[in-house]
Amino acid sequence: MLYVELLAQGLVQGSIYALVAVGLTLVYGLLRILHVAHAGLFTLGGYIGVLVTNATGSLLLALVVSMLVVGLLGMAIYRLCYQPILDKPPYVALIASIGLFIAMEEIYRIAFGPYGISYENPPLQDVVHIFGITLRLGEVAVGIGTLVLIGALALFASKTRFGTVWRATVTDPEMAESFGVDIIKVRYLNFFIGSALAAVAGVMVALLNNLVEPTMGSVPSYKALAIIVLGGLGDVRGTLLAALALGVIEAYGTIYLGNYLDRDAIAFAFLILVLMVRPQGLFGRA
Amino acid sequence: MLGLSGYEISLITSMGIAVIFALSLNLITGFCGQISLGHAAFYGIGAYSSAMLTKAGMPLGVGILGAVIFAGLVGLAVGFTSLRVRHDFLAITTMGVGFLFIGIMRQWDFVGGEMGVSGIPGSGLGKPGFMFLVLGFGVLTVLFSLHLKRSWMGYAFDAIADDEDTARVIGLDVSRYKLAAFAMGTALAGLAGALYAHNVRFIDPESFGFVESITVLAMVVIGGIGSVFGVIIAAALLSVLPLWIQFIDEYKLLLYGGLLFAMMRFSPGGLAGLAKQILPKKSSLKASGDTKA
Repeated sequence: MLYVELLAQGLVQGSIYALVAVGLTLVYGLLRILHVAHAGLFTLGGYIGVLVTNATGSLLLALVVSMLVVGLLGMAIYRLCYQPILDKPPYVALIASIGLFIAMEEIYRIAFGPYGISYENPPLQDVVHIFGITLRLGEVAVGIGTLVLIGALALFASKTRFGTVWRATVTDPEMAESFGVDIIKVRYLNFFIGSALAAVAGVMVALLNNLVEPTMGSVPSYKALAIIVLGGLGDVRGTLLAALALGVIEAYGTIYLGNYLDRDAIAFAFLILVLMVRPQGLFGRA
Repeated sequence: MLGLSGYEISLITSMGIAVIFALSLNLITGFCGQISLGHAAFYGIGAYSSAMLTKAGMPLGVGILGAVIFAGLVGLAVGFTSLRVRHDFLAITTMGVGFLFIGIMRQWDFVGGEMGVSGIPGSGLGKPGFMFLVLGFGVLTVLFSLHLKRSWMGYAFDAIADDEDTARVIGLDVSRYKLAAFAMGTALAGLAGALYAHNVRFIDPESFGFVESITVLAMVVIGGIGSVFGVIIAAALLSVLPLWIQFIDEYKLLLYGGLLFAMMRFSPGGLAGLAKQILPKKSSLKASGDTKA
């Protein structure tokens, strides 16, 4: 049963990675920027989730507010931070983004205190038994929520006109522009959706740990970067698979390799190993 | 001694170590254009090597030499990854190396695990003596950097940083130069790490984490990628300001983050780039190619 339980834990963790990494890989596809500050938005999502839930008692309302605010902030970050430096060498945006992320974490620490905040009445903490394994309701919600959101995203991207335009732009921005696509509009939409998904992940992590702290974005941030590289930078399907794979590998790895490497080191050892064999990522095209 | 207080001596010592560390990354990222987000790992390897060697009874010189060799060897191995992956992929790979290093150190009981190594022998030279040792190594590092920049190898690095494919086309052995950059840069980081270990006399895995890697990258970027003097000034300022002014220490990371962001957003050439903008004529003769922004 341990195997199944570990698999379930891994998939839950992988779902959270997936929600964070999708936005990151979309930004990379569009702008060729490693958007490290994305994890700062994830953290903010968690803070807003806890604050609104504590104020109103409604987790759902908190989720919506968090997605809206964080989505808009994501658009603002694109406009104010990335757009002016798009023509510079790639390291410029990468380093600017790292700087922004560090500054965001510090602002959270100064604004909300170094020890973090928690839900007053943590929702969805009941335990459920499915197929003989024990999960918390929150973990089930994470799994289902991710499925629904990613499913909706896939439907939007494949069935609607704007979705088609969006996919075309992510695949080849210059070609799309020459076909008359307003790529500025696509970028705004892209940042809004990606950031809103990160906000959902933030609210969910806050739920699972019942804690939001200034640095809670650090580990997901680096993991998400590893994941989008594994997924073949800019490839959404590859990113989703890599996210779930990493979640599961970490879950098993911590049990069997825990004496030699900690969870993060396992993830990065896997990353380095894969990149040495396949420099274009697990699912990337050569 | 020299009318300096003990406090001032320790400030100058920290500053000297930071300058060596920053110049070591400048060699890889500045000269050769290979971004590294895990440089603190080599600083750490140097610190741990020298700490363990001297704790086992070896003299300081052997400890430092061991640190340089060991960090350089691991750096050479990591350099091989730069032959496989480039740009953003390399940035993430080196970041992974940094996390891997901390992960291994945390679990490895021989080097103290999470608790780190304490009771590292001092230099035996006294505080002023150690300061002069650090300054001596610092001057050597600066001279080495300046010499390298104007050497055949320096020009090759420059060509690779500008455009790797073109460099290959004109017949440069790109792989060899990249490996050389990684080996030299990481060996110097090992030197800085060894000096750090004997200065603070206590190290743990957290001293060499991602934040340290970013801090040293900040020094290089804020100074102006590839500019020796810009990096020296940035390293000296950024290492000492937080120690000097307590208020800044509280907001140290906010300052680093904000500066990194603002520099990239408004002046990607760093301090050296700013200087060039302000004094265009004076520096145009020697500074062409100083910054690759």
